Amino acid sequence: MTVEKIRSDSESFDDFPAGLRVLAVDDDLICLKLLDTLLRKCQYHVTTTSQARMALKMLRDNKDRFDLVISDVHMPDMDGFKLLELVGLEMDLPVIMLSANGDPKLVMKGITHGACDYLVKPVRIEELRNIWQHVIRKKKTEPKNHNGSADQGNSDQLSGEGNTSQADQNGKCNHKRKDEEDFSEDNENENEDPATSKKPRVVWSIELHRQFVAAVNQLGIEKAVPKRILDLMNVEGLTRENVASHLQKYRLYLKRISSVASQQANMAAALGVKDSHFMRIGPFEGLGDFRTLFGQGRLGSAGLSHYRTGGMLDPLNTPNVSLHNLSSSTLIQPNHAQSISALTSTNQSPSLFQGIPPLLELDQLQKIKCGTGMSSFNAIDNSRLQSKFSDPGAAINILNSSAHMMQHGNYQRTISGGGFGNQSSQNMDSFNVGFNTSSNLLDSVTIQSARTEPVSLLSAEPFHSQLPMSTTRDNGLCDGPFLKKNPIDISSTTIPFPLKDSRGMQCREGLVGDVQIIDHTASQRWGEQGQTYGHSLTASFGTLNAHVAGNGVVSPLSQSLNQDSGIIKEKMGVFINGRLAGGANLMLQNGNEKVSTESRATTNDNFLLEQQKLPSAFAPRSYDPLDAMMNAMIKRDQDEAIRNCDFGFDDYSFGAGI
Amino acid sequence: MEGNQLPCQASYMRNALFNQGYLDDQFLQLEDLQDEANPHFVEEVVKLFYSDSARLIRNIELTLENTPSDFEKLDNIMHQYKGSSSSIGAKKVKKECTQFQEYCEVENIDGCLRTFQEVKQEHASLKRKLENYFQLVREAR
Repeated sequence: MTVEKIRSDSESFDDFPAGLRVLAVDDDLICLKLLDTLLRKCQYHVTTTSQARMALKMLRDNKDRFDLVISDVHMPDMDGFKLLELVGLEMDLPVIMLSANGDPKLVMKGITHGACDYLVKPVRIEELRNIWQHVIRKKKTEPKNHNGSADQGNSDQLSGEGNTSQADQNGKCNHKRKDEEDFSEDNENENEDPATSKKPRVVWSIELHRQFVAAVNQLGIEKAVPKRILDLMNVEGLTRENVASHLQKYRLYLKRISSVASQQANMAAALGVKDSHFMRIGPFEGLGDFRTLFGQGRLGSAGLSHYRTGGMLDPLNTPNVSLHNLSSSTLIQPNHAQSISALTSTNQSPSLFQGIPPLLELDQLQKIKCGTGMSSFNAIDNSRLQSKFSDPGAAINILNSSAHMMQHGNYQRTISGGGFGNQSSQNMDSFNVGFNTSSNLLDSVTIQSARTEPVSLLSAEPFHSQLPMSTTRDNGLCDGPFLKKNPIDISSTTIPFPLKDSRGMQCREGLVGDVQIIDHTASQRWGEQGQTYGHSLTASFGTLNAHVAGNGVVSPLSQSLNQDSGIIKEKMGVFINGRLAGGANLMLQNGNEKVSTESRATTNDNFLLEQQKLPSAFAPRSYDPLDAMMNAMIKRDQDEAIRNCDFGFDDYSFGAGI
Repeated sequence: MEGNQLPCQASYMRNALFNQGYLDDQFLQLEDLQDEANPHFVEEVVKLFYSDSARLIRNIELTLENTPSDFEKLDNIMHQYKGSSSSIGAKKVKKECTQFQEYCEVENIDGCLRTFQEVKQEHASLKRKLENYFQLVREAR
């Protein structure tokens, strides 16, 4: 399709809407041609492509090149919703969805994923004439965040959200942000300065995101307010509102993965589940589940604090994590599994083994099928939680699966439903150690929206029998080293999870910080590695659903798990992009150099969409070109991070099942 | 050429297509987009549609033959085809597509097969008519 690169330098708001730079993506050539002509008729500058990946590439190459993106929902190379998420997170551009299907559910899905608008084909020119308003709106909300006026008593949103009246303008604002409000402590929402001046976009590089996540973790997700984050990050030229809007997105991301996790919980762990993108971030119902799960508070976020999950950390504690449809199995990155095994094997810390006995319990945990839903899991987990391993078990599962998944390079994030979340929190402590390494895994965990049947990693099977969970190495995920990587900060007992049988780990995202139900099937692999999972794994995996079946879907266990520990830092980049089509791309952000030591399941980072490339064996299996790009980006980070653990994960994009 | 400036024959045919329900307002939109900068836009789009949709029709056929129970796949392909056909304003075709999708929803393979025949018929019929129409338009230029 024609690709025009026309960028009018003289373009300014004065001419608006003429000259608006639109990127149109649709695999249907007829529609694309039509759209192209219609947009030109509106005097916009149009660039078209029929490939979503090409679109992403163009967007990434120059973030300032386009003002707006219009994308079809059904595309063969990438799901439109996934593209939507990616664009929203990385580039913060308004995205309009397009589809021949006007089903309200689909429209809702578009909105929840952050679309500014949803048009039904065939599109009429009148509808297109108005699309510029989305651009203006978005630009308007940003400047408003600048003002540092005193916070309003009920400034309940992050500056990004800003101006409530325009809350919805932000593509993501459409999401329910109630939980956001919780965090808006000293949110300085100002509404003055409505200038719509163009601001240079801040590019959230891996490094920057890493710092961001580190700061967030340091503060604790609940206390992470833009101002403090900004101070902690201490980056020149970064404004509070940049941080605020990034934080907003990050939270959304976390929410999504947690919701995915909850869904996952319900998915029977089917280890062999293919990695198709499991994770789908669906409508908010997941959220409800998630909340419920968390509400149970079994795991308590406390546990999570110790988790350092490499890669996917995300303050699981945050109830915000909404389990959006953690659809099907989110496989836990195989890497994760590996790391877990590494953990166990390396036995990094004596404390790790403390947890071993409890591992047995894991077996039981394994029995908990993901499908049984979190509740059951939780129940079991709860008991388990008491024991250190209980969580690890779950975590291991997750890890296993992740490991498994990692290998495949397809990471799906199976997020065990709330169960994990809850558990992990508790387990996290114990898991810390073990999980640190697992965090590595987590990094590689890619959470993918699993379309396929959820791998119910949680299924009781394999896990229990062997204590050492073997990491699922089905996919040849990074071995051992991965686990070792994390210097888990095991607060208490580190449970060396011999994740042997976790074949499929399912980490439920929802479990932020909670134990991720790692399907032990995946863990089987781990066993070899002698992983000691640390709870960090669980922590991180909280939401990872290890999708074992050779799917590299690694759920960002780490996400949930890792809260306070630096684990998160490790792979902050894990971006759970559940929707990543094709292969789990776990975007891990290498937040920390200390990857080796900390396993951070930084789910937080996930949202950064950075893909971490694991140097070792893991070559991105299902890499799509996009991933390849990401890999390149992440590679450098990864390289250093991965030093210790050879994850071998390549890029994972965590897609929140979207 | 504007639709209403067509010579008699072409114009007559055009009206007939609308009146008989073969085309709907979307076709008018296409015509509106045709201008000096884009003098053959409508014809180009229609041609593109026919070449692209042949592939989709074929896919549905194959699926019906090989894996007729894969309703999801059938629905997906049909969805694409429907999107394209509605973009050119193919009213009758679109209607049959919708019917087909409904049958897919309830997993009624017979319904699907029958409706698909209708789809193909409408597809071919409109193609012929539009070819004739454009021929007339060209001759009139």
